[in-house]
Amino acid sequence: MLEFTLKRLGLGVLVILIISVITFILSHVAIDPALGLSGDSATAEDIEAIRQRYGFDRPLMLQYFDYMGRLLQGDLGQSYLSGRPVSELLAERFPDTALLAVLSIGFAMIVAIPLGVIAALKPNTLVDRAALFIAVCGQAIPNFWAGLLLILLFGIYLQWLPISGSTSFVHFIMPAIALGSYAMPALMRLVRAGMVEVLRSDYIRTARAMGVRRRTILFKYGLRNAILPVISLIAVQFGFMLGGSIVIESIFAINGIGYLAWQSMSRADMPVIQAIVLIISMIYVVLTLAADLLNSLMDPRIRINR
Amino acid sequence: MSDIPLSGQTEAEHLRTLRKKARRRAVLAHRGLIFGLTVVLLVAFVAVFAPLLAPYDPFAQNLSLRLAPPFWHDTASPEHLLGTDQLGRDYLSRLIYGARISMGIGFGAILISGLIGCTLGLLAGYFGGKVDAVISTIITVRLSMPIILIALAVVAVAGASLKIVIAVIGLLLWDQFAVVTRTATLQVRSLEYIRSAQAIGCSLSHILIREILPNIRAPVIVVATVELAHAILLEAALSFLGLGVQAPLPSWGLMLSEAKTFMFFSPWIITLPGVCLFILTLAINLLGDGLRDVTARGK
Repeated sequence: MLEFTLKRLGLGVLVILIISVITFILSHVAIDPALGLSGDSATAEDIEAIRQRYGFDRPLMLQYFDYMGRLLQGDLGQSYLSGRPVSELLAERFPDTALLAVLSIGFAMIVAIPLGVIAALKPNTLVDRAALFIAVCGQAIPNFWAGLLLILLFGIYLQWLPISGSTSFVHFIMPAIALGSYAMPALMRLVRAGMVEVLRSDYIRTARAMGVRRRTILFKYGLRNAILPVISLIAVQFGFMLGGSIVIESIFAINGIGYLAWQSMSRADMPVIQAIVLIISMIYVVLTLAADLLNSLMDPRIRINR
Repeated sequence: MSDIPLSGQTEAEHLRTLRKKARRRAVLAHRGLIFGLTVVLLVAFVAVFAPLLAPYDPFAQNLSLRLAPPFWHDTASPEHLLGTDQLGRDYLSRLIYGARISMGIGFGAILISGLIGCTLGLLAGYFGGKVDAVISTIITVRLSMPIILIALAVVAVAGASLKIVIAVIGLLLWDQFAVVTRTATLQVRSLEYIRSAQAIGCSLSHILIREILPNIRAPVIVVATVELAHAILLEAALSFLGLGVQAPLPSWGLMLSEAKTFMFFSPWIITLPGVCLFILTLAINLLGDGLRDVTARGK
């Protein structure tokens, strides 16, 4: 177990290092950082002065190590636009995005797990087909369009929900549905496939033959075993949501990381973009690592196979 | 007597035709696959022949006839079947040209990503060991990066144009190609026909491209459909955020973005491009699912 953990941990660190190099190239090589810092009205001398003061004229390797050194101390640099520390901006915006992602994955699970289980219990019936139909449609609806349709329906016609902002819990309902509906189909399919396989297995047949209660079979023996791969997928989808929330946040004007990223993109505020990409990648790496470890704890076969 | 194949076919050939027939029957019986294929071909046709099919110039503005509703409204303008947009441009023509952008970007992007992904997957699966370890790490890195954020960042730096959008999407969506090709290659690399190709001294490129690739094409084609849908949605999302295809080009995502300020009074204006995107994506996904079913059954 220890060896497996260390191996996965090492891979995670390596991946984050590589991504940090990529984001560094994006923000220091693909675009001139001195130009970004100086603003539009700067003269050539101003830009040169900034280049020297911030050390942008030094070799790239040195600049990268410098950047990583500051990163390890929690210093993510300064926003070109507001001049504020990036870490402060992120800390301010992070709660909204995290809440949105949690609610979205929650919505996806609430729909996907029961639907997947029911579909698996009655394969090839009307229920199963309906579930599959929902999954296929859910996968094809662009989530920004779903967001706009929700605004039209619940915001304008029915006037049940507020259409923009992030000041209260109610504001998150529509965004969470729009974002969660994208993760739902994959989850549902996996739950269904897992349940179908588990219900076919010998130990379920034995439990049935022994007269164990149906509910116990379903939840204690069935779902618990079918849910293993679902945990990994939830971790992966959660990471996607943090990245994908940019579209939803921009539609519903939710003051989260995605909205910040979008505002920074349109004005090439590279330190902010760089930090957001890095943080979201790190969260993704940590989540998949946690899911792998959890899986291998619950299913010892995984440890041996690798 | 009926067992003896007609027209001098050998038994192997006869079996092959039988299998082909069975495959064709399976394809025709698969409703999702037929629906998906029909719609995809239809959209491709519309995309190719857009200049002939579009009733108007998609860029021609008519400021005196803005936001004319489509035909099912009482106040519809008889000249514009699906109405006009906020600048008085014919909506049907723009939607037709939009198919061109979606399909063009989609196919362009998966050509790039297919090439990258299959190359990496073939090499990783065939050589294994250190090569596999390095390529697997590259795949993990790619999977850990938030696609849409990276795409937006690159477009923000490099500038938004059709070519850049295709390149960025193509350079990002190769991961599934690589994963699937790698697994499939692992499965066939120690089979006899590969061994014999190695034994008679075939070159590496010959073995990879002529021997392995044709035998793993089924899963690769399935991935290609999934990624085609993915690429089309990604382009729409980028354009929707204003960092993809630029105005006045009629991308469905961009049309949604331009129209969203008017949706409160003219809801149809966001419905139409969305429906186009939805149906095309749905069709491609159904086609992919169908192909997966049919090829899996054939084995």
